Amino acid sequence: MQDIGSAFALAFGLILSGDDGLARIVGLSLRVSLTAVGIAALVGLPLGALLAVARFPGRQALVVALNALMGLPPVVAGLVIYIALSRSGPFGSLGLLFTPTAMVIAQAVLIAPILAALSRQVLEAMWDEYAEQLRSFGAGSWRAVPTLLWDGRFLLTTVLLAGFGRASAEVGAVMVVGGNIEGFTRVMTTAIALETSKGDLPLALALGVVLMAIVLGVNALAQGLRDLAARRGA
Amino acid sequence: MFRRLFLGLGLAMATALPLAAQTQSITVSSTTSTEQSGLFGHILPIFTQSTDIAVRVVALGTGQALDVGRRGDADVVFVHDKDAEERFVAEGFGGPRRAVMFNDFVIVGPAGDPARVNGLRDSVEALRRIAAARAPFISRGDRSGTHAAELRLWQQAGIDVATGRGAWYREVGQGMGPALNTAAAQNAYILADRGTWLAFRNRQELRIVTEGDERLFNQYGVMLVNPQRHAHVKAEAGQRFIDWLVSPAGQEAIAGYKINGEQLFFPNANRPGA
Amino acid sequence: MILPMVAEGLRFSAGGVEIIRGIDLELRAGGPTLVVGPNGAGKSVLLRLLHGLLAPGAGVVRWAAGDAARRQAMVFQRPVMLRRSVLANAEYPLKLAGIDPARAMAALERVGLAALAGRPARKLSGGEQQRLALARAWAMGPEVLFLDEPTASLDPAATRQVEAIIAAIAAQGTKVVMTSHDLGQARRLAEEVVLVIAGRVNAISPAPDFFERPPTGEAAAFLRGDLLW
Repeated sequence: MQDIGSAFALAFGLILSGDDGLARIVGLSLRVSLTAVGIAALVGLPLGALLAVARFPGRQALVVALNALMGLPPVVAGLVIYIALSRSGPFGSLGLLFTPTAMVIAQAVLIAPILAALSRQVLEAMWDEYAEQLRSFGAGSWRAVPTLLWDGRFLLTTVLLAGFGRASAEVGAVMVVGGNIEGFTRVMTTAIALETSKGDLPLALALGVVLMAIVLGVNALAQGLRDLAARRGA
Repeated sequence: MFRRLFLGLGLAMATALPLAAQTQSITVSSTTSTEQSGLFGHILPIFTQSTDIAVRVVALGTGQALDVGRRGDADVVFVHDKDAEERFVAEGFGGPRRAVMFNDFVIVGPAGDPARVNGLRDSVEALRRIAAARAPFISRGDRSGTHAAELRLWQQAGIDVATGRGAWYREVGQGMGPALNTAAAQNAYILADRGTWLAFRNRQELRIVTEGDERLFNQYGVMLVNPQRHAHVKAEAGQRFIDWLVSPAGQEAIAGYKINGEQLFFPNANRPGA
Repeated sequence: MILPMVAEGLRFSAGGVEIIRGIDLELRAGGPTLVVGPNGAGKSVLLRLLHGLLAPGAGVVRWAAGDAARRQAMVFQRPVMLRRSVLANAEYPLKLAGIDPARAMAALERVGLAALAGRPARKLSGGEQQRLALARAWAMGPEVLFLDEPTASLDPAATRQVEAIIAAIAAQGTKVVMTSHDLGQARRLAEEVVLVIAGRVNAISPAPDFFERPPTGEAAAFLRGDLLW
């Protein structure tokens, strides 16, 4: 109990001190996870929308596969990407292993299935309502995809936040492909793992508090923008 | 409104893409003991300041660190398992090996000392007593240099932990820090490198029970990954790092790292046979 | 012109129940055709078959021109409002068809919604939503407009406004085909009445004839308000 109290005090002190190292770690965490969410969204959301509207052979298998991939252990994803990006692997010549780009790739691979599966669920409900009207307008499945994505934008914010949450909380994959290099690929979660290894549990916990605060802040910001937009009825 | 939000997100991502400033840098695969003891945090800024070469350290167990070198994913390997290092060089993955420094291992155990080894200098005898008392012992179990050293000591003690071990012998398959956390939680004995132990904060009941035995010395070596095998290896910058480590300046930097006034690593680049 | 339209031998089943049991029907240019009949007679399904939203189990729907799908529109009992502004809703099908979206604003003016153009469509009242749905269809300039019970969930004031819009659309030369279970509405709007009972067409006749000299016994009973089924 005392540890937890001191962790909050330490977290507060860390934030107030404006520590350079901490700022860099926080900045990298945000950039990596937000970029990963952006890239995963470019693939995952249209795929989810397409699965919501289109009926084709193999669709059910794809839905099941996506739902299963939601549970993909990060360390497994990390390992696969490690092998792919290693100098001895198929994409070795790109020299991406142990770089922030590798971490972005790993997180994007992890959360794209989540975004696709969740957006499919959300948009399928909307498609039930829209299908007849859009078909009457002469809109086929392909045209319905952007319509659903745009009209579902408020619901999809929640989906994106779920993806961001998973990305920023993830440690296994970024540890393996990023290498937790100080000042270069160290993010909040790998820093927490490192401080735990060093037995500095209060500092680890304090970093955890900071991470929670960041995730909370991003969620609050997104929620606020969403509410504002909804009130204006965009 | 929402369009603007997406635009802002896109902008944030675009600025995120050039993720690092492009000064020259090398990647060093090394061990958790050098990273977690804080040694690199002390010596790397000194090196970078004099050469303008940034050093990116990936800290793993020695076995893994050598594997990273074998795959060509690092420019320099800096580890502590002489046998494995010499194999690495013999197989043509890198080298030549240069000795850099040593620190020592200590046997850490609970204050209650159920195996009665406290103050014993003979590390092999200490392990025999721990086994005889069936006192809990945490092994790294991760092919690290420390793990290799531990297995050598068991062999010298005549105890076959590979097959003849009991429930008292517990492999955690993790780095030094997590293994120490486990030992602290279970009041177990453990072989630890002194540097990580000194920097370790979550000791609880643990304390040093055995130290000072010459068999507990822990030699570090450094090798350049073979650029003939992996053409992208930054041979020139990597070699400069190695040369610096064994130079008087590097050796002095290593000797200068202390925790609570206690020196952790002892430079010995010029000692024959190290 | 895509009219006349001829439907022959239409049959449709869902879940093992035959809802449309063999319908032949011809639609010609002219004033509104009202499809009336008791609840569950199959009026809405018939409209969807004619509009092409449902594929018949048997039979065909033949239009006089090949691209008929683009030249007709439909408004549903509960219109689906896109999660966008009133104007964006009216523009959506125009953009889809490659028609100048400026026509959306003109259509909103004709249904009296121009002042609400920037409002979120889903915040409109039921009557306003139905008028927006009519404007959205009207802007397309369809030759045939199908309306499925457009006033069923509206109060009398909103019903009056919607009927006035329907009359104006018909007066501009669009063929209106509309289901209703409200005989008063049929009297007010219809030029032709089609009585559907139990998945079959029971009677087709000009509106005045239908109300003054019911062509079948069932039509007479329906007009009296008897329960037919």
